[in-house]
Amino acid sequence: MTSVSRQDARQAVGGKPVIGGFFVIAAVAVVALYVRAILFTPLEAKQGAAQKIYYIHVPSAIGAYTAVTITALASLIYLWLKDERADRMAEASAEVGLVFMTMVLITGPLWAHKIWGAWWVWWDLRLTLSLFLWFVIVGYLVLRGAIEDPAMRGRYSAVLAVLGALLIPFIHLSVYFSMAHMHPDPVVLKPSEPSLPREMLITFLSGIGAFLLLCLALIQSRYRLGELKDEMAAVEAERGY
Amino acid sequence: MGARPPGTLSGALLIARKDLAIEFRTRTAFFSSLVFAVLALTIFYFTWDESIVTPNDRAPGVLWVVLTFSALLGLQRSFAIEEHDRGIDALLVSPISREAIYLGKAIGNLIFLCAVQAVAIPALALFYNMPVGRPLVVVSGIVFLAMVGIVAVGTLFSAMAVNTRLAELLLPMLSLPFFVPILMSAAQAAARVFAGRPVSEVGFLLKLLVAFDIVFIFACMLAFSFTLEE
Repeated sequence: MTSVSRQDARQAVGGKPVIGGFFVIAAVAVVALYVRAILFTPLEAKQGAAQKIYYIHVPSAIGAYTAVTITALASLIYLWLKDERADRMAEASAEVGLVFMTMVLITGPLWAHKIWGAWWVWWDLRLTLSLFLWFVIVGYLVLRGAIEDPAMRGRYSAVLAVLGALLIPFIHLSVYFSMAHMHPDPVVLKPSEPSLPREMLITFLSGIGAFLLLCLALIQSRYRLGELKDEMAAVEAERGY
Repeated sequence: MGARPPGTLSGALLIARKDLAIEFRTRTAFFSSLVFAVLALTIFYFTWDESIVTPNDRAPGVLWVVLTFSALLGLQRSFAIEEHDRGIDALLVSPISREAIYLGKAIGNLIFLCAVQAVAIPALALFYNMPVGRPLVVVSGIVFLAMVGIVAVGTLFSAMAVNTRLAELLLPMLSLPFFVPILMSAAQAAARVFAGRPVSEVGFLLKLLVAFDIVFIFACMLAFSFTLEE
């Protein structure tokens, strides 16, 4: 079987590159964040260098939850309008969400081991919720891979994504009412002033900004890749490969 | 015979009766689930050191592990039986609403799984020397509430999994994360009841369980029609 050349496919989507200018800006922002966090932000008094993981851990989590929210909303829109663009968007942000959630689950235990003295604490709300959300996203992507028919794939995965969103409050409540929790209360988003020194706060907020940019840029790239794949399948079908 | 199509509930009961009649004639799925459950109960007995953890302490844990996996085993066949001769097509052209098909399947599964547990729970009490009495009755009630939630989600995912390339391999992967809140609250509640604490202490966990059941029965019933659309 011969496949369609790369040029054909690129022409089909109007020459838009998968990795565009937005992605480059996001990548530069992340590099700048690392430089600032490592070199230009003071050490935390009690935790020392370990606290620097904060500038990656929390922004990744915010990126992951943003991506997951986009997946759930796009799925809802797909079930309603049956527009394949919504399905493509849901898939793209689910994949990006998986990457960010994996980052959260890697950086979390590294930090926890140093500060809490344990790699994993089951009765912590956010930990458990992140882990099981990670499993739902993996299940979502495996489900997509296991269905050939695009319309059926779209419907099934959208149903799973919407039910997954419905699951979040239940996991939240069941952990909350079963045991105590370990994560610190928010240090930035709280009624009183943020209890973070100014320099740290700026690094933290720019970390969130950089990771959100990266999240959206990756979703955009993945969305374009999805477009390319669909176009290529259409061209292949047209030419009878 | 009247020409009027059956309503949702009577349609659902018809479907459930059909499934249970098929099961009652062959009894293969029932016995394999049952043997699996009892076998697992006995095998798990040897996974702890008896001198460190008493059988009474590990019984609640074993109960939930066995219950979850025997439920998955039972749920798998729910839509697999419709695949033979495309029985699902016949269901779809029948004048029974899709909500009723889902409800009927779910009721059939619930009765099936409760029948398995009706043997497995006494077997647990026997093999782990559990006190037979009020705690066991209360725990059976908690098991029932958990089963309703498991069946609500599992019936939908069973209908979805059967149409994919991975078929039965996909069901546990999709369902287990959804069983987390059920198992967490039900197992915590059951452990406390077994430990002799009053039921009022686990009231909130039970309310959460009931809320999960209600929300997911309706959500999955609505979602089910999306999985059938041709």
